[in-house]
Amino acid sequence: MENLHIDQHISRQFNTDLEHLREHLLEMGGLVEEQVADAVRAIESADSELAEKVLRTEDEIDRREVALDEECTLVLARRQPAASDLRLVLMVTKANRDLERMGDEADKIAHMAIALNDAGGATSPRGFVELRHIGNSVQALVHQSLDAFARFDVQTAIEVVKGDKQVDRDYGSAMRELATYMMEDPRSITRVMNIIWALRSLERIGDHARNIAEHVIYLVHGMDVRHTSVGEIEAQLEERE
Amino acid sequence: MQDTVIESKAPTAKAVQAERTKKTTKTESNAMNAKRSPTEIAESITETVGKPLAQNAKLAMRDVNVYYDQKQAVFDVNLDIAENQVVALIGPSGCGKSTFLRCLNRMNDTIDICRVAGSIQLDGMDIYDSKLDVVPLRARVGMVFQKPNPFPKSIYDNVAYGPRIHGLVNRRADLDEVVESSLRKAGLWEEVKDRLESPGTGLSGGQQQRLCIARTIAVSPEVILMDEPCSALDPIATAKIEELIAELSQNFTIAIVTHSMQQAARVSHRTAYFHLGRLVEVNETEKVFTNPDHELTEAYITGRFG
Repeated sequence: MENLHIDQHISRQFNTDLEHLREHLLEMGGLVEEQVADAVRAIESADSELAEKVLRTEDEIDRREVALDEECTLVLARRQPAASDLRLVLMVTKANRDLERMGDEADKIAHMAIALNDAGGATSPRGFVELRHIGNSVQALVHQSLDAFARFDVQTAIEVVKGDKQVDRDYGSAMRELATYMMEDPRSITRVMNIIWALRSLERIGDHARNIAEHVIYLVHGMDVRHTSVGEIEAQLEERE
Repeated sequence: MQDTVIESKAPTAKAVQAERTKKTTKTESNAMNAKRSPTEIAESITETVGKPLAQNAKLAMRDVNVYYDQKQAVFDVNLDIAENQVVALIGPSGCGKSTFLRCLNRMNDTIDICRVAGSIQLDGMDIYDSKLDVVPLRARVGMVFQKPNPFPKSIYDNVAYGPRIHGLVNRRADLDEVVESSLRKAGLWEEVKDRLESPGTGLSGGQQQRLCIARTIAVSPEVILMDEPCSALDPIATAKIEELIAELSQNFTIAIVTHSMQQAARVSHRTAYFHLGRLVEVNETEKVFTNPDHELTEAYITGRFG
């Protein structure tokens, strides 16, 4: 684990400002994690009420996104941070946006849960296995990406990048599977399409978790690893050693 | 209804956050115990990190050591300043950056107890050669100081002084031209062209500093050394001087000592970080301010120690 010493400034107020950015991002992360979990559970257990709760909480996430961006702007204006402090502030603004987008995707999944229930509940379990599987992997990724940020831990961040690749593959095979279902039983198309939209959202959430992990690598090492393969990232990291 | 939902969420998010932070603090405190003090780190430095040397060096410093009597102020500095480049020297007070800067045109000669060892070459010529005359050297390597120090003469004479004593121009018309072009380059011409005969000391602080820069560039130096040129100026005058530095760098080689990190970030191509007389790091300025190589540089530019 790397150490950024964000509590070591001469100005204690600056320590506090940066610590707040970190806390607020993690709080927002916790909230988003729960949104994703609730949205997936709302589909699995055909719980429209839980889905409604996700929709309501979405507003809170939007509110936090705006507030945290405002905080970052103030730190930039007041402190003109440099080096790792600058990277922290930039990283927080970017991760903030990724978390908000995850919230949006959770919101979409909740809408799918309501649509599925309105269409007759869990009469046909088709696609649920895939949903549960990808849902679990994606939730683990979100959790890991936030852990990586909380501990400034590059190794965990790389695990997230790898994990997202796996989710992309699982998503691809789930699509093929579900396409077969729809061909076999055209009456299931509406239902299965709803599952597909939910899977699509989960896959996007995985991408955002990967983004956060990449921001963590930028934060710790100052390396921009966006649009880079896992192999290349690892090679670049090794070069640094 | 919405409120209750939010309330039931917030503690959970807080709990997650607290859990994560707990793990962090534990590892962090372990790392802290192993940490050496900045002084210990600086004193153990034997080699500058980054890229202290450059292609087409205008000024090349090798193994420079500076002593004030028994006390050593600069330790084994190796640094190149490339032609038409702005190099910023930064570091905490007493780190040797001004002492080092003053070696570059032998300003330290005026201090009896100061001794400079090592080699400093301007275009391959050793400037500490005992046969070398420092007057032409200082015409080639000009200096701008922290406080504006115009001569108690007219604006015109302040600028004309250098070209006159160095015998660069003889005819009045030529001198007029040098004065005008120097004042123009220093961004002062429009403000003073109608009162060239009034005393330079009657100008505002920022104007006086630009007058001193005009005086420096009037003798067409190759290198300009600036020792905190903006420390006594307001943000507007500072911005004008910085703008000027950017323009001057097209024709001159500039070394600037500054306590304003933002200024170093804005005006320089390369940044050199000094600490306790050691040259800790030299790198492209953009690298130094986004992702420095050395932990001391990082600590200094982010305001982590006093």
